[in-house]
Amino acid sequence: MASEDAGLVFKPMDQFIVKPLFGGDVIHWYTPTNGTLWLFVSVMAVVGLMVLTTSRRAIVPSRGQSVAELAYGFVYKMVEDVTGKDGLKFFPYIFTLFLFILCANFLALIPMSFSTTSHLAVTAVLALAVFVTVIVVGFAKNGVGFLKLFWLTSAPPVMRPVLAVLEIMLFFARPVSHSVRLFGAIMAGHAVVKVFAGFAQITAAAPVAILGVVAIYGLEVMVAAIQAYVFTMLTCVYLKDALHPHH
Amino acid sequence: MEGNIAELGQYLGAGLAAIGSGFAAIGVGNVAGNFLAGALRNPSAAASQTATLFIGIAFAEALGIFAFLVALLLMFAV
Amino acid sequence: MATETLGDAAGKAADAVGMPQLDITTFPNQIFWLLVTLVAIYLILTRIALPRIAATLGERQGTITNDLAKAEDLRAQAAQAEATYNKALAEAKTEVQRISAAARADIQADLDRAIAKADAEISAKAAESEKAIAEIRAGAMDNVRAVATETAAEIAAAMGVSADAKDIEAAVAARVKG
Repeated sequence: MASEDAGLVFKPMDQFIVKPLFGGDVIHWYTPTNGTLWLFVSVMAVVGLMVLTTSRRAIVPSRGQSVAELAYGFVYKMVEDVTGKDGLKFFPYIFTLFLFILCANFLALIPMSFSTTSHLAVTAVLALAVFVTVIVVGFAKNGVGFLKLFWLTSAPPVMRPVLAVLEIMLFFARPVSHSVRLFGAIMAGHAVVKVFAGFAQITAAAPVAILGVVAIYGLEVMVAAIQAYVFTMLTCVYLKDALHPHH
Repeated sequence: MEGNIAELGQYLGAGLAAIGSGFAAIGVGNVAGNFLAGALRNPSAAASQTATLFIGIAFAEALGIFAFLVALLLMFAV
Repeated sequence: MATETLGDAAGKAADAVGMPQLDITTFPNQIFWLLVTLVAIYLILTRIALPRIAATLGERQGTITNDLAKAEDLRAQAAQAEATYNKALAEAKTEVQRISAAARADIQADLDRAIAKADAEISAKAAESEKAIAEIRAGAMDNVRAVATETAAEIAAAMGVSADAKDIEAAVAARVKG
């Protein structure tokens, strides 16, 4: 992508490299890395957003407390609307996912930070957790009746086996799309910012490049929130399938 | 710049896969546009359907993301 | 997507990882720390934040309900006060009407009495005047008769006709009456 003549160097993927935090080269499973640092920062952000602001328990909320209550009400209503009343026992779980993804996405927008949600390992664990939860809850609640999810009674009988195969394939594609959507959106956005920043190496193109960085950054702020919302919303939709497999 | 034919194929394939992202964009635009048309006809019902809108967008986008994934795999994993 | 330059790729092919995301050696590390993070957030939320927010929201709901009930009470009280006020106002109005009617009746009675008295006085005066007029008129007729009799007697004497005083008187009386 870069022409050797101009000496342009694009390293848009370097920002995603996982490095040990305290030197060394080997990454064991327990080694604190830059990823670990920013995961920890996102925990702190959650604490700051949800715990510190609500410590006064004011009837008339302060600004921070309003934000915490709005986030709570937003996700609570989403879970209730999409999965129904019996989905509310999963609310803490879904709220955890939402807050983690939201905080991680926004923290990743800080320059020089590390975007944890742009890593397939992270998003895949999140999506697989949802996938496994859906299967476990589905079979625990409905037994074999959970398989009715793939048997569309509204379709003509001849088509049903074909549709069932399709539905099963779609079902197993869920964690893939679920994880790759988040990972792809965040990674692509950050890489594009880096590519635009790379163009700033040409003095003449620098103003345009900086404008591009600003524009993409604005888009990324939106994407950060939307991807958290979409991930949570799809989690709710999948959970609804587990709780009420009848179409 | 001596390259090998496999690398050329990787880059070509990745570029072709990127076209899929463009088609996904058409799909997402379709979903959002139709939602907007419906919402302007019946604004009172629009608020209750935003969840459906996002699910529709997510499904349309998923296929674009698969194309993107194919591109990534061609570029980096093959 | 962008990648390392082709020129670089040859140079540092050894440490080229392609996408850092696909570097499997970092996966256990990331997954481990992610799970730690998720569990930490889950515990923080379920132990501290969610009960607290739920309690605050419930409390606020209670306060709002209470306040609404209180407001409803106050509204009822205000309505009652208004009704009382309206009743008092209506009573005062009827009272005013009653008093003014009584006053009017009193005044009317006084007026009537005064008018009657005045009428009586006026008619008494008129009768008196009429009597005086009648007296004057009678007096005048007598004078006229006397003058006429005298004049007739003088005329008769002047014409050399002797006439009885009685006859003249009778003739004058007959003329004057006519």
